[in-house]
Amino acid sequence: MNRNAAEYRIVIGLEVHVQLKTETKLFCRCSTRFGQPPNSQVCPVCLGLPGALPVLNAHAIELACRAGAALSCTLADFTKWDRKNYFYPDLPKGYQTSQYDLPICAGGYVDIPITPSANPPGSHNVTKRIRLVRAHLEEDAGKSMHDEHSSRADSKIDLNRAGTPLLEIVSEPDLSSAEEAKTYLSELRLLMVYLGISDGNMQEGSLRADANVNLHIAQGDQWIATPIVEVKNLNSFRSVERAIEFETARQQSEFLRTGLAKGQAPKQTRGWNDVLGQTELQREKEEEADYRYFPCPDLVPVRLTELQKRNAHEQATQTPTQYRKELIDKHELKTTDAEILIQQGKPVVEYFLDSIRAGAPAKRMAAWMLQDVLRTLNDRSIGIELYPVSPKSMAQLLGAIEQGRVDTSQAKQAMAKLLEDPNLSVDAAIESLGIVRVDASQIENLCKELLAENADVIEKVKAGNHKAVAALVGQAKKKNRNADPRMVQEICLSLIAQMP
Amino acid sequence: MNQPSKILSLTALGQQLRSGAITCRELIESQLAKVQRSNSSINALVSIDPESALAKADAIDRKLQDRQSLGALAGIPIAVKDNLCTRLGVTSCGSRMLKDFRSPYDAHVIEKLHEHDAIVFGKTNLDEFAMGGSTETSIFGPAHNPWDLERTCGGSSGGSAAAVAAGLVPASLGTDTGGSIRQPAAFCGLCGLKPTYGRVSRWGLVSYASSLDVAGVFAHSIQDIALVLQSIAGHDPRDSTCLPHEVPDYTSFVRNFEQIRSTRIGVIRQQIDSPGLDPSIRRSILEAIETYKNLGAQIVDIDMPHSKYCIATYYIIAPCEASSNLARYDGVHYGFRSKRPEASVLDRMIEQTRSEGFGPEVRRRILLGTYALSAGYYDAYYVQALRVRRLIRQDYDEAFAKVDVLLGPTTPNTAFKIGEKINDPIQLYLQDLFTVGANLAGVPAISIPIGHSPEGLPIGMQLQAPPLGEAKLLAIAEAYHQHVDYQPMVPPSFQAPVS
Repeated sequence: MNRNAAEYRIVIGLEVHVQLKTETKLFCRCSTRFGQPPNSQVCPVCLGLPGALPVLNAHAIELACRAGAALSCTLADFTKWDRKNYFYPDLPKGYQTSQYDLPICAGGYVDIPITPSANPPGSHNVTKRIRLVRAHLEEDAGKSMHDEHSSRADSKIDLNRAGTPLLEIVSEPDLSSAEEAKTYLSELRLLMVYLGISDGNMQEGSLRADANVNLHIAQGDQWIATPIVEVKNLNSFRSVERAIEFETARQQSEFLRTGLAKGQAPKQTRGWNDVLGQTELQREKEEEADYRYFPCPDLVPVRLTELQKRNAHEQATQTPTQYRKELIDKHELKTTDAEILIQQGKPVVEYFLDSIRAGAPAKRMAAWMLQDVLRTLNDRSIGIELYPVSPKSMAQLLGAIEQGRVDTSQAKQAMAKLLEDPNLSVDAAIESLGIVRVDASQIENLCKELLAENADVIEKVKAGNHKAVAALVGQAKKKNRNADPRMVQEICLSLIAQMP
Repeated sequence: MNQPSKILSLTALGQQLRSGAITCRELIESQLAKVQRSNSSINALVSIDPESALAKADAIDRKLQDRQSLGALAGIPIAVKDNLCTRLGVTSCGSRMLKDFRSPYDAHVIEKLHEHDAIVFGKTNLDEFAMGGSTETSIFGPAHNPWDLERTCGGSSGGSAAAVAAGLVPASLGTDTGGSIRQPAAFCGLCGLKPTYGRVSRWGLVSYASSLDVAGVFAHSIQDIALVLQSIAGHDPRDSTCLPHEVPDYTSFVRNFEQIRSTRIGVIRQQIDSPGLDPSIRRSILEAIETYKNLGAQIVDIDMPHSKYCIATYYIIAPCEASSNLARYDGVHYGFRSKRPEASVLDRMIEQTRSEGFGPEVRRRILLGTYALSAGYYDAYYVQALRVRRLIRQDYDEAFAKVDVLLGPTTPNTAFKIGEKINDPIQLYLQDLFTVGANLAGVPAISIPIGHSPEGLPIGMQLQAPPLGEAKLLAIAEAYHQHVDYQPMVPPSFQAPVS
């Protein structure tokens, strides 16, 4: 790809639109619920009918403040609404109500974990600080659907989404790789979801990014910046990563071909085509589009009180970073294990912590979470809130292992019983297995007895057919119904291995 | 020549209905007959639905018979400007763009009229999207002044004024962004009130310039104005700029007008001395000042140093807001859409729709506003205009620290001829000279009739009060009318034929 082997740096800034988790839209009482029949969640306000007027949804302000607090932004004392004027069919008023020069949140940062390879083993995550320019509130537009397959090109507009509150978070150009951009977006999403600011549902468009990308290419002893390209329509982590990788290659070859630096070529807006895996030119302009921003005369400015700000900070404490600290520092989880739990979301982490509070040993609980609980959630496609075994039961079950009352395999059988019948107590589940602890020496004697009686099995195993020992399990059970089948197999195999 | 024809006050009309002297159906039928007879000559009403008006009248009559409690405006027919959304019929804004537009909801003021059992009696003619001062930019053609059919009734609420002046309705609603109630009231010999900005909800008032628009009332007398204002004023959570303050009992304030005798009245020197002021208007105003003196009022000269910037400021701010407020009319979702072949491409469709759908005055103001908000011009025009607007407000604050109300002419001239100024926008914009200040400052203002010019055309006097000072404003206006024993008149050619 890099024939001239020119050294370059990638410079990326992201604008992320986070859909806020409000019941109703930013300026009217229509529901924000996703997936409803087209144009079923609309009213004169979000349809932009003559004479309709906006009224601010206070919950959106609360959530924006919480986000600002979590992102270490400065929360504005005074913030206002501005109209961004442009014509587009899915913009029913001919302007978007947004915030121009006085955003609700200014500054701030996100610390992102950087690549594990750069992480010395056994250390905490090394992080990189991505500074933020601002975060402002605005209303979403509707959705255009173009049916270009039918005989007459038919466009339809669904305004259910029009007026949904968005928080646009604008980063400084501090991101320097596709992977960092992806990590930043993922970290931002996690934060928003943990704090109940957004549902973070990427498929439903709750998080959308635009990326400003360019390269600084080494030429002699100086760096030449290539023209900045704004890439729109990045709706998944994968597309952010792929689009930036694509742009890096494209801008490099473009520079090699034309030699045009920033300022010598117009700024481009390109759209990401996820199917073709490429960015496509949308707009090329010498100057910025003129949106003729001016203060919206239908809305009153917002003054944030000290109480609102204090509440925002109080509501912004349970961040992924805080939970990571608790898992790694307090409960001594491995960084990678902690990260898997963190990525599952706050309810899973809280389930884990509840189990520990109920007395479950942390390390064993972590192992069970990663192996059993998450697998069950995945198999059943359910969230932790529908997981049938309570944290208290988990604690009791793992406690039984610690006490030597059951071994791991028996505990797993008991768990299977608990998953089938959530009303069963842990004690009842263990008892239902008819488990009486059988000690290992007893089993070993039993195995010796069995091998003596089954010379053919020994031959088969020696010939390489290890599965042949399974035939002994049934006989073992007849001699001692509490014999653990796995233990029987393991001991038999090791006895055979020791034979001359 | 103007023989007074007795005009009943809303209160008297209400009493007649309640006492059974007249049924609501009889009243509405007689008003419909007047519409039949007169509307074609003045073009005041642009739509009316006689059946629904009569059905409502019958419902009121049944309630009256059953002695059910009824609202303060029970059975009173009230016409409303066609930029106020009504569920019933079309809300056209006098524009080709919305010629067939039906609103799915009622404006707040319309809900209020219904709540008080008024009969919403037709929609009135207006300048397109309320932009104009002569009702000549309407898609329906100009409305005519009942006092002289060759003359304009003013605008933009010209139809609402003409309808009341001609006796088609006893009261009407208009909207006022730069003088659009007060100027037509002055031209048609009526009382016209522009309330404090935010005193009446703008919900359902089709926006022209949001920070200036307010709905108000036309009627023959100040008591009638008070009664209708009482019904439509008050807080509405659907309008963020609507004021939460309690609504005082305006009608009782007006009845107790004598309490204001020792009031302080400010006279704006810049207005009285204005070189463009018609001498007969100046004479009438000076007489009115004498009347107030005789009533015991103290007259104070007031200097409003920034009043000369009012027109310039208004004609930046209003078009800026309009350029954005009218962006929704793009032919995509509702309203007019161009059928020209080139309109098959989206961008061209929007361009073509807006070129054909809007008239020249609306296009002019959209272009002015778009220009003034553009990058590179924004600070010099819009931001500068906001600064001057603050200075104008300051002038008002300082004035109201000294006086209770400000007094002056409503208009520089009496009603001009239709067609006389329509091709000279600057001349037309100067009509707003004395009225736009109240919109820029957000204060309440009323125009009341104080006489006629030698040609027999009505002359209006404007009184302005501090924000939310409607009660005092109305009482001071009433004191004048009481003192001169003012009798409302219907122009001779519109008086009911003697049967």
